[in-house]
Parts: sequence; structure tokens; C-alpha cells
Amino acid sequence: MSPRRTFATSARVLQQLGHDHRTLGLLFVVPVVLLGLLAWILSDMPGVFDMIGAALLGIFPFVVMFLTTSIATLRERSSGTLERLLAMPMGKLDIILGYALSFGLLAVIQAVVASTVAVRLYGLDIAGPEWLLVVLAVANALLGTTLGLFASAFARTEFQALQFMPAFIFPQFLLCGLLVPVDRLPSVLEAIANVLPLTYAVDAMQLISRQTAVSGELVTDLVIVLAFAVAAVVLGAATLRRRTR
Amino acid sequence: MHDEPVIAASGLTVVRGKITALRDLAFQLGAGKLIGLIGPSGSGKTTLMRAIVGTQQITRGEIKVLGLPAGSKQLRARIGYVTQSPAVYQDLTARQNLWYFASILGLPKSEADAALKAVDLSAGAKQLVGTMSGGQRARVSLAVALLGKPDLLVLDEPTVGLDPVLRKRLWELFAELAAQGRTLLISSHVMDEAEQCPELLMLRDGKLLMHGTKKELFERTGTRTVHDAFLKLAEGEQ
Repeated sequence: MSPRRTFATSARVLQQLGHDHRTLGLLFVVPVVLLGLLAWILSDMPGVFDMIGAALLGIFPFVVMFLTTSIATLRERSSGTLERLLAMPMGKLDIILGYALSFGLLAVIQAVVASTVAVRLYGLDIAGPEWLLVVLAVANALLGTTLGLFASAFARTEFQALQFMPAFIFPQFLLCGLLVPVDRLPSVLEAIANVLPLTYAVDAMQLISRQTAVSGELVTDLVIVLAFAVAAVVLGAATLRRRTR
Repeated sequence: MHDEPVIAASGLTVVRGKITALRDLAFQLGAGKLIGLIGPSGSGKTTLMRAIVGTQQITRGEIKVLGLPAGSKQLRARIGYVTQSPAVYQDLTARQNLWYFASILGLPKSEADAALKAVDLSAGAKQLVGTMSGGQRARVSLAVALLGKPDLLVLDEPTVGLDPVLRKRLWELFAELAAQGRTLLISSHVMDEAEQCPELLMLRDGKLLMHGTKKELFERTGTRTVHDAFLKLAEGEQ
């Protein structure tokens, strides 16, 4: 692993996106539009948007980065650039961290834009500090990036990679506590929800929206999310093979 | 120092699933040579090249490159490998591709620009690779392999589908690189292309049909073209 190669890789990923204005636009505009739609839908139900809106601010970067990374890595695999990089003096971690860095940066921008608009324009009322929303959004984006990288190893085609979105994400979305609080789920589902990363990500977002201070509970959630991200990096690195059968 | 073979294979066998892609290959290639790897598609050329660069797992036997087992970490900066489909980023310009791979190898940008010039692409440096023609893309991929002046260049069908004028220029470039002491292993399924190579490795169904100089090949088979020689050898096998 070397910082030079890691930074070169993240710069390259950003250059690629720099040539793709539409993707960049979608990345920043879609969350804002969706949050606006949600605020509008819930405009006659006081307090509900404050609860769901914050959680969604955490889910957007997770989902978007999961999809972007799994497709991007799949393209690296199928175009042969990954094989070429691995035949060079390149560390596997350089590749993964390079992606994580550049998508992490995009997540910062996305989170700042989405939360600013949500709070200032849509009147999202959160008790905790706004910067904490951004920190959590970035943690979630990193989680999405690393899980996407890991998941892409199991896809041979873009179609398969896209199907991982419902396969990996939807169950987590249903169980994360947004639809039904985790402690009110049937006990088996509660146990499952408790080992899924998105549960902690959403719990943290909801804590921020309710509490003014940074609680131990919140820190625990954040640590768990990051631990999942680190585990996915390790698993993802294991899927990058220099040699194939 | 050039007494040691650049590539030495013995008993090299690769089984992929149910298919035996390479069967008991044994050969040695010297430095500063331009070697053609000839065989029909499906004969195992790409598998052999991948075994040499170390991305293909070997089932039995041994293959050494520059005195080290193929795939050794120390070899990674010393081999340039061009896959059949251009392994470059379509959504970057030619120059951005070269600059990225150069920075991975720890080389200055000037080397990246020199590599683009070597493949005659300086003019199109700012063009997105995705908007380039197949031949231009292949050359961007080749330029990446030239970075860092590797001792061994492994090129998988680098001239397929190119304009004849350009193809001639590339073969001149390959000969020039070999004259500088580098070893080039160039695969082709087009027998005519092999005429450009002084030394040949012929593969068929994963077996080594023949290894030697073109002169030796013609003498042994009593033919005058690589195409006819291949036919003769293949008939002898059956």
C-alpha cells in the first residue's frame, strides 16, 4: 500500500466522473428532489418529516454509493483494467481506498447539499448539530462504497450487479427501523435487523434528529457502521485476485 | 548477462475447468528477441500469456520469467502486458489514462507523454478513449504497456484490425524495441503477421507444435510461408 497510488487512484476515479456530468448531477440533485417530494407528501402530518427525513439523509448516500461502486468495480473487472492494475506494482488496498476516498468526498458534497436544503428550505427540524448529519452521511457512504465493492465480486454482468440492489439493500431498508421500530419487529426479524449495518445507520440519524447532545448510543452506532465498512474493505480486498484459475 | 533465458517453461500445464488449455509446454526464450506466438483462436495463446504475466494459475509444471517464478512481486514492474481487448479507461482521455498508470508505476508525466508519442497518438492525447476507433484504443493500451521500459513485453494480438500502414509502423516499433534488448512476445492468429517475427512459437490445442527461428521452420517443413508450415506441422500431428 502506498499513499501515492491510493491518491492517484482516487484522483483518477474523480476524473472519470468529471467527464460524466450527468451522473454528477444526478448524484447531487436526486436526493434533494426526493426529500422535497417527501416533505410535500408529509406536509399535513406535523413531525413525521422530521423523523423520516433525517433517516433518509443517511440512506441516500448508502444506496447511491453502493450502486455506483458496484457498477464501477464491475467495469474495472470486465474491461481488464483491474487485471492490468493487479499485474502492476499496485496494492489491493490502494484500489479500494482510492475508491472509498473519492466516493467519500462525493458523499460529503452530497450530504452537505441535501442536508442544507432539507433544513433551510424544507424545514427539517433536527435537535442535534447539522455537521453530525454530514459525518454520518459520509460514514454511510463509505459503508455503501465498501459493501458495493464486495458485492461486485459476485456479479458477472451489470444486470446481476443491479439486482444486488434489491437483494442487498431492500431487506436492510425494510428492517432498519424506518417502517417499524426495530424493537417492535417479530423477535426473529429483530435479531436479523440487529446484525445489519443499515439498522445502526438509521438509528444514529434518528438519534441526531431527537437529541441535542452527542450521546454514547450515537457514538456506538457510528463505530458499528464504520466497523462494518472496515470488514467490507477486508472482504472486498480478498475478492481482488491477482491469479485466476 | 543475456545468457539466462527471459522465459523458461517446463512441463507447463494449465487446466481450466474441464479444458486442458496448455499441455506440457517446454521452451526457453532469450533476451532481445521478437517472438511470435502463433496459433488459431482457442489454441491457448492467451492462457500462455496470462501464465507468463502471472495472472493465470498453473496446474502443473513451472514457468520462470527473468529468473523468477511467474507472478513474483518483483516482476510486476518489469513486464508490460497488453490484453486482447484494450484494458484502458474509456471515460478518460488517452493522456489521463497514461498519467494514471505512470503514477502507479512512479514515473513522471513526461514518460507518459513519450509513450503516447511512441504509438503515434500525441495528436489525440486529449480525446476520450471511449470516442476513439478500435485501433486507437489498442494503441493507448499498448502505450500503457510501454511505460517504464519493461524488459519483457507480452502483447496479445496487438495489430488485429489495424490499418495496414499503421500495422507496418507498429511492427517497426516492435523491432526497434527488440533491438534495444527487450523481449517481445506477440501473439497472432493471422499467420501472415508471423512473417514479421524472426522467432516463432506455434501452439495448437494447447500443445507446442514448434519453437524455433523462422528459417529453421521453413527448412524443417520445406515450405516458404508460415501458413503452409503450420498446415504441414498440424497434419504431421494427426
